[in-house]
Amino acid sequence: MSDMILLGTRKGIVIFERSNSSWRPRPIEHAGIPVCYAARDPRDGTLWTSLDHGHWGPKLSRSRDDGATWEDVSSLKYPEGARYIVKYLPTPDFDPDAPVGQPEYKDATVFKIWNIAFGHADQPGRLYAGTIPGGLFVSDDGGDNWELNRPLWNHDSRGGDLFAGDATSENLWNGTPASIDYGVFEPGIHSIVVDPRDARHMHIAVSSAGVLETTDAGETWEGRNRGVTNDYMPNPEAEWGHDPHFVTGCPEQPEHLWQQNHCGVFYSADSARNWKKVSVPDAGVHFGFPIAVDARDGRTAWVVPARADSARMAIDGGLYVARTTDGGQSWQALRSGLPQENAYDIVLRHGLDVAGDRLCFGSTTGNVYLSEDRGDTWHCLGSNLPPVYSVRFG
Amino acid sequence: MTSHLFRFFPTLENRSISVPSGSVADVLRAVNAIAPGFTDYVLDERGALRRHVKLSINDTLVVDRQSLSDRVPEGGTLYIFQALSGG
Repeated sequence: MSDMILLGTRKGIVIFERSNSSWRPRPIEHAGIPVCYAARDPRDGTLWTSLDHGHWGPKLSRSRDDGATWEDVSSLKYPEGARYIVKYLPTPDFDPDAPVGQPEYKDATVFKIWNIAFGHADQPGRLYAGTIPGGLFVSDDGGDNWELNRPLWNHDSRGGDLFAGDATSENLWNGTPASIDYGVFEPGIHSIVVDPRDARHMHIAVSSAGVLETTDAGETWEGRNRGVTNDYMPNPEAEWGHDPHFVTGCPEQPEHLWQQNHCGVFYSADSARNWKKVSVPDAGVHFGFPIAVDARDGRTAWVVPARADSARMAIDGGLYVARTTDGGQSWQALRSGLPQENAYDIVLRHGLDVAGDRLCFGSTTGNVYLSEDRGDTWHCLGSNLPPVYSVRFG
Repeated sequence: MTSHLFRFFPTLENRSISVPSGSVADVLRAVNAIAPGFTDYVLDERGALRRHVKLSINDTLVVDRQSLSDRVPEGGTLYIFQALSGG
C-alpha cells in the first residue's frame, strides 16, 4: 500500500505522507496555480503535475527529487497542421451565420492537460497525456519530448486526416462538452488505461465521444461503446457521442473495466467489447464522476454517488461511497465516518483512488477523506483544503 | 511586464530589458533568448497571444494578436499585461 497521497487542487499540489500511523500534509507546492492532475510514476518515483495556468497556458511540471524542486515541461504542443472540427453548442459563441452542414475547422492548441498515465513497466520513459481538445500525446523520453498520436487524432469518427485536407467523414465526437470551464466545449481525454499484461493494449475515454481501444500500440483505434446508453440523446445507443466521466481497469484482471458515465455506471468483463449498465438509481448509484476498481478483483469497484445531474452534489445532504463486490449486481452504501447532514460535496472524475485496502477521495468543497479498510470506515484528512481536482496514491 | 512572470523567469526581474526594434514577435523572441521558455507562457503553440494576455506599444494596445506583426519602434516600450480575476 502506498504511504503517499497527491492532491491536485485549485491552489496547487498538496502531498500527504503517512508516518508513525498518521497522515501529515507537506506545505503546498505550485501555490496559487491550479493543478488539475497530479500523480507519481511508480517506475522511477518522478512526481508529475498538470498545471492549469489561467493565463500562461497548460503546462506539465515534474520533480525528480520527491518534490524538493520542480521543473517546467513546456514541450507538449500540438504540431503544425493539427486541426479539428468545431461543433459548438448553441451558446452565445455559436455563429448563427456559419454555413449550415459545413464543418468549421479550428487550429488545435492545448486547452488542458487533463490526465497523465505511465507506460508499461518494460517501457521506461513512456508516458501518456490526454488533453482538451481531444489529443493523446506520447513521450518516450520521460516527458522531454511529446508526440501527438495521429491515428486517434485523424480517426474517421472525427472527420479523418485533417492534416491532409478537409474532412472525409463526419465528426461524431459531438456529445456533451468536456468542461464548460473557461467556455471550453472541445472533447477531452480524461482516462488512459494501459493493460499491465500487454503494452500494446490500451483504452482511452473521451468526453463527447466514448471509449476507444487499441491493440497495436496506437496504430489503430476502435470505438468500444456497445451497451453504453446515452439517455438524453435522440438515439441512446448511437456508437458515438457518449459522456464517460471516468474509465478505469483492474490491473490484475485487465479485461474488467468500469466507467462512471453521465448516464449511469457501466461494467465490462470483456475488455470493453460489451458494457452493461449496473447502476441502481433507487439505491443512489447512478450519477457521479469518479470510479475506482480493486487491483486484484475486477468485480469490486467504488463510486461516489451524486445527485443527478443539474444539482451535482451529495444526495440528500449525506456523503457516501458505494461499493460493489459482485460486478455491480448489488451495491453497499458506506457512510461510517462521512458527514450525513448538510454535506453538499461533489467529487470530480479524478478525485477518488484506491491502493490496496486504502481509498481516498477529495471534493470541490475542500474535504478529503481516507479509508484504510476498503471503504468500511472513513476519517477526514482535511476540511479546509482548496477545491480538489485529483487524488492519486503515490 | 506583469510581475507574475518573474516567478517563472526570475532573470527578468529588477531590470530594464533592451532589445533591437522590430515586430512584436521579434521583441518577444529576443526576450525568449534571455529567458528561455518565456514565449511558451505568453504565446500559444501557434504563436498567437494567449487569451488573457494583453500587450501595448507605449500606450497603444497591440491589435494583431495572431501573428504579432505590429512594429515596436526604436526607443519604444512594449508592455505585457495580464487579466486577473477569480478567487
